[in-house]
Amino acid sequence: MSLSNNMNYPLELSLTKSYEENRGNIYTSPHPSISLARKNGIEDFKKIGLPTTKLEKWRTTNLSDLYKKEFTIGDNKPVFNKEINEIFHCNVHGFNTNVFALLNGWYYSPEEEQIQELDNGIIVGSINAAQKKYPELIDKYFNSLAKTDGNGLNAANAALFTDGFFIHVPDNVVSEKAIQLIKMVNRENNTMINTRNLIVLGKNSKLSFLHCDDSINQQPGFLTTNTEIFLHENASLDLYKLQNLNNNTTLVNSSCVQQKSGSDLKINVLTFNGGVIRNEFIVDLIGENANADISGMYLMDDNQHVDNQIKVIHSAPNCTSSELFKGVLDDNASGVFNGYIYVARDAQKTLAFQRNANILMKSTASIDTMPFLEIYADDVKCSHGATVGQLDNDALFYLMQRGISESNAKLLLMYAFVTEVTNKITIQPLQDSIDDMVKKRLRGDLSICEKCVLHCSTPDIPVEFEIDMSKI
Amino acid sequence: MLLNIKDLHVSIHGKEILKGFNLSVNYGEVHAIMGPNGTGKSTLAAAITGREGYEITSGEIIYKGKNIIDLAPDVRANEGIFLSFQYPVEIPGVSITNFMRTALNAKREFMGEAPIPAGEFLKRMEEKKKLVDIQSKLTNRSVNEGFSGGEKKKNEIFQMAMLEPTFAVLDETDSGLDIDALKVVANGVNALRSEDNAFVVITHYQRLLDYIVPDFVHVMYDGRIVKSGGKGLALELEEKGYDWIKDYDVNR
Ligand SMILES: Nc1ncnc2c1ncn2[C@@H]1O[C@H](COP(=O)(O)OP(=O)(O)OP(=O)(O)O)[C@@H](O)[C@H]1O
Ligand SMILES: [Mg+2]
Repeated sequence: MSLSNNMNYPLELSLTKSYEENRGNIYTSPHPSISLARKNGIEDFKKIGLPTTKLEKWRTTNLSDLYKKEFTIGDNKPVFNKEINEIFHCNVHGFNTNVFALLNGWYYSPEEEQIQELDNGIIVGSINAAQKKYPELIDKYFNSLAKTDGNGLNAANAALFTDGFFIHVPDNVVSEKAIQLIKMVNRENNTMINTRNLIVLGKNSKLSFLHCDDSINQQPGFLTTNTEIFLHENASLDLYKLQNLNNNTTLVNSSCVQQKSGSDLKINVLTFNGGVIRNEFIVDLIGENANADISGMYLMDDNQHVDNQIKVIHSAPNCTSSELFKGVLDDNASGVFNGYIYVARDAQKTLAFQRNANILMKSTASIDTMPFLEIYADDVKCSHGATVGQLDNDALFYLMQRGISESNAKLLLMYAFVTEVTNKITIQPLQDSIDDMVKKRLRGDLSICEKCVLHCSTPDIPVEFEIDMSKI
Repeated sequence: MLLNIKDLHVSIHGKEILKGFNLSVNYGEVHAIMGPNGTGKSTLAAAITGREGYEITSGEIIYKGKNIIDLAPDVRANEGIFLSFQYPVEIPGVSITNFMRTALNAKREFMGEAPIPAGEFLKRMEEKKKLVDIQSKLTNRSVNEGFSGGEKKKNEIFQMAMLEPTFAVLDETDSGLDIDALKVVANGVNALRSEDNAFVVITHYQRLLDYIVPDFVHVMYDGRIVKSGGKGLALELEEKGYDWIKDYDVNR
């Protein structure tokens, strides 16, 4: 195909232009693996362009309006002039985290701390810094899972990411403290931000990682994030993704996970707000006795759109996986759930479960749920189920008969509906504050812009998160 | 008079179920309603509590001197009307504690009172749990989820005790209860009985009425009351069944 046929949208042109103009500076990477990924990325992108609804996997998520907009792409690195804890104050009681931040697509820290080794040997920092300081780790892992996979946004991300987050947990290290990454966007114009993360957990290591995507104003934005995650033998990762973006923001997330034998993965994707949010997880269980537990919750209203694409590949025998996604859609909100379980011929004794349940509050809300199983082994147990319904009228009447108003009764039932997902959060103080956020979101009290979205507090559970805009 | 139902006609999906139902209940009274399956006893309970889909085509439900047929279910509840459901609903994810606090505070807000302080609420929970001999672990669970039939019924009476209604309808609360649980439930109701409230007890078994002694017994058939009497009427029904009563019509 000729190039011009595929570069129809203004955004396609500005992406290629941004690459050409900045390949000598912000898109330059000293490490050959990254350089190569960028080069291949832009070539792929020129061939395939941005994903449209013509692609099966994008059939129900239409971003073409966005592609017609003008974006500032590839921001320069912001100057570090304030400590993170001066800008961002996080105080979930009893929840102690190491907090790191990405601001406008760049790792935000003093120059000498762009990458650091914590007391327990965990390496945390900017992926750009990692390629200089730990080239052997980049060599070993970078771009070995992420694929273009027919998706031009993956290709564009590979070519045009500015920076990203890097975590390396050495063998046998069990991190007591969770690591929290705050991704903030603070721009005054239409901005596209592309970031790239790499997370490696060594043998027998353990980590809880909280990944927060926040807008701190109402400016439109287009964010893409590609993440590669490696779990070595018996490693255990608890990954929480909190998404609370403004209605003008589109977030396209893609994570590829590789799990070796005995490893344990828990993912909890909590989508509170956002214009368009697409989460793709591709989890490959390549070693025996590995377990992947992927769950998610979404609360959408207005004209919001959420799209969860979950693919679990059982490549090795004796692995287990489960997917549980539950959501409430109100107004004109729309959702997609695409759950795909692949069981390879050798993956005997696989146990794989999948469930997607939805409540549509109005007839104008919609959900497109597509479970898909592809099984080549004969000794497996797989199940899938999808439900779309309204609130249970019998339950609603029962609550109202006890004096609870219709609106509160509905709220209680919606809250109850998603607790099956939030109950999977194993860090109790985090679960409490998420529960609190769910209630606020359902009541319509969750603020998105004036303060950090995580600014929640109830008398029972004091939780404080605050971003001081004047300090950024 | 606390409640006065006058010539009530109720239809479900256009089919008339209550066909000229009359009943008056004074403060301090307990009325028992008996009658064969499908006669409209639960329909009456639904009409009194304002359940959607139960269309009142004519008649009145006067409660505390006001016709309540246009009031929403939660408003009726906050005015003091309570229904112990024949089939209590399971609500996964809502704990009984959270549910009761929300309900109690809704009522207090309705009355213009401040929310119940946490300590006072917990004290009340403990007190009422004892009254119906409900185990603590039950109240930490989701409302009715996985409860046995008997536990569900006890939970209804527990909620009634928590909310202290003025007028309560107990729809077959005795069904599915073992003899000990029956006594516990009856004792719970008796403890709440006072000159300031009233009960309508729907049952198929006279046995319950040995424990909750009614002032009046009504027999319902085909959407209306066909015979009323004292406690003795229940015994007579137990003996003779309903056949002999089908031709009665109190209005005649
Ligand atoms: N939602 C409904 N749709 C259609 N018919 C209904 C509905 N609810 C009740 N009915 C019908 O109305 C009639 C009265 O039902 P109701 O439940 O009031 O009887 P009941 O006297 O409480 O019986 P039981 O002793 O078995 O509890 C029955 O014929 C029943 O089938
Ligand atoms: Mg009935």
